[in-house]
Amino acid sequence: MSMDLAVERLRHPEVFRGKGRLRWLLLGAVFAYLVYLMWLFDFSRVFTDLPRVWVIVRLMLDWSGVAEWDHVELWRSMLETVAMAYLGTMLAVVFAVPLGFLGARNVIPERVFHFVTRRMFDGLRGLDQLIWALVFVRAMGLGPIAGIMAIAVAETGILAKLFAEAVENIDRRQVEGITSVGAGFIARLRFAVLPQVLPVMISQTLYSIESNSREATILGLVGAGGIGLRLSERIQINAWDQVAYVIVLILISVALIDTTSRYLRLRLIGPARS
Amino acid sequence: MTALNPTDDPAYRLFQQRFGTLRRSRQTESLLTLAAVVLLFVIAAVWTDFSPEQIANGLPRIGEYFGKLFSIEPKGSAGPVGVLALPHLFGGVKEPQSIAYWFYRIGTYAALLWQTIEMAILATALGFGAAFALSFPATHIFVGSRAVVFVTRRLLEVMRTIPQVVLAFILVWPFGIGPLAGILAIAVHTTGTLGKLFCELNENADLRPVDGIRSVGGSWLAQIRFAVVPQVLPGFLSYALLRFEINVRSSTIIGFVGAGGIGQELKRVIGFNIYEEVSAIVILILLIVVAIDLISEQIRHRFIGAAI
Repeated sequence: MSMDLAVERLRHPEVFRGKGRLRWLLLGAVFAYLVYLMWLFDFSRVFTDLPRVWVIVRLMLDWSGVAEWDHVELWRSMLETVAMAYLGTMLAVVFAVPLGFLGARNVIPERVFHFVTRRMFDGLRGLDQLIWALVFVRAMGLGPIAGIMAIAVAETGILAKLFAEAVENIDRRQVEGITSVGAGFIARLRFAVLPQVLPVMISQTLYSIESNSREATILGLVGAGGIGLRLSERIQINAWDQVAYVIVLILISVALIDTTSRYLRLRLIGPARS
Repeated sequence: MTALNPTDDPAYRLFQQRFGTLRRSRQTESLLTLAAVVLLFVIAAVWTDFSPEQIANGLPRIGEYFGKLFSIEPKGSAGPVGVLALPHLFGGVKEPQSIAYWFYRIGTYAALLWQTIEMAILATALGFGAAFALSFPATHIFVGSRAVVFVTRRLLEVMRTIPQVVLAFILVWPFGIGPLAGILAIAVHTTGTLGKLFCELNENADLRPVDGIRSVGGSWLAQIRFAVVPQVLPGFLSYALLRFEINVRSSTIIGFVGAGGIGQELKRVIGFNIYEEVSAIVILILLIVVAIDLISEQIRHRFIGAAI
């Protein structure tokens, strides 16, 4: 094989010519930069501290004290997390529906207004929920209410943008049809716009509840209620077995919510857009 | 004249009857759904002690807090004033209500923001490498053994479902407070999400080049390297850039649990109630996130085109 290759290399040098030095130089530079970053961030610790990781993993897998854990508290907090996600998303929907209509170009065809509303949505969206949560915890005190507000504010930005796009993407012919038989503004909204945007809105809302239940599990780490608070307490006292249990609890709850929401989506808006 | 009165037509009456039944059942269904949504809302509100008066008490405090974020109390002034004022806008660091006064620690912030971005770069690169390596054994059209595919896929799934902030919090214990824990946590999550996406790209790869390489005696690695990688790499890179944008966002907040970057500083100034610095950092984070989004969008459009 190597003999054949040597012959072929002589016969067709152009096929074997490299991709150019520049490319290798570039790749080398990228690689060198990454190595520099590893040095900068002290990557040798990954190897020297690996035994400590195994200590944690071993402790996480030892569930012999399972009977003594405060299961009621943990399950209550898990439900609280889901409730936070639901409340936050629903509050966001209440604000996002009117905002979505206001931000749609075909509802208010005013360039400046459209620009301002959209940038407002971007601003709400651009900050992570955890930052909002941290701010609301300082402003309103510890507890689920700060988490609910954080979810509501960040999600309003996301949903308002998506709803506005849904309204912009409607088929105009249905509106014209209804208008041509003499329908007023309300009737147009009810029979031409709503049937087109409602499935999108419901599907988006369900998806938001799903992703917010995921997000809400970590809001407690900054004191905004729910299972994250319990988790952070247990990490701080190094109760690794319970940490593992809480993570399993989170994974199961999230999977359950995903399945339920997929089922609801299929049931409410048909299999076409699942 | 035999007036065609439609109401006399039995077919029409049947239609009306069926339409009415259908309509009533749809209306009941909608009402029941709405009732369920409202009921769930009430249950959730009771469960979390979320009440109207709590909101009423909380809203003024939020307003007050946000007001403080954008006001300062310079020495010798009677009360709090706005953080910026037009006459002082371009004054020096010593002049209150100027941009320079508000952002007087810009050097520290800039260093921390740069560290945050470098964290995201390294985490994305590590995650990309791991996801690249794991995506091929996780694609069933390349691997005969079902067990290998199953195990790799479950591994990727676990990596992407554990919330990365939680993982960072846990990793701070063995690796100490600082960026390393955050980088590792983001890298693990990136591996999980990119691995899944890479798998989907692999599954859509054209298998004829693979057969070609195999027919001349290429090993499994050679088949992947010369037949699959050239097809999927542009898509991989495009996904990796998208992921980089997301990772920049993540690395701004991962510091809340002590895992480095600007988040750690933000948590500190929020904790110590240094109001005007909170607003300054938040504004910088917003700017950097938007800037990275724009740049990466440009790169994706220019260099990779319609890869995905």
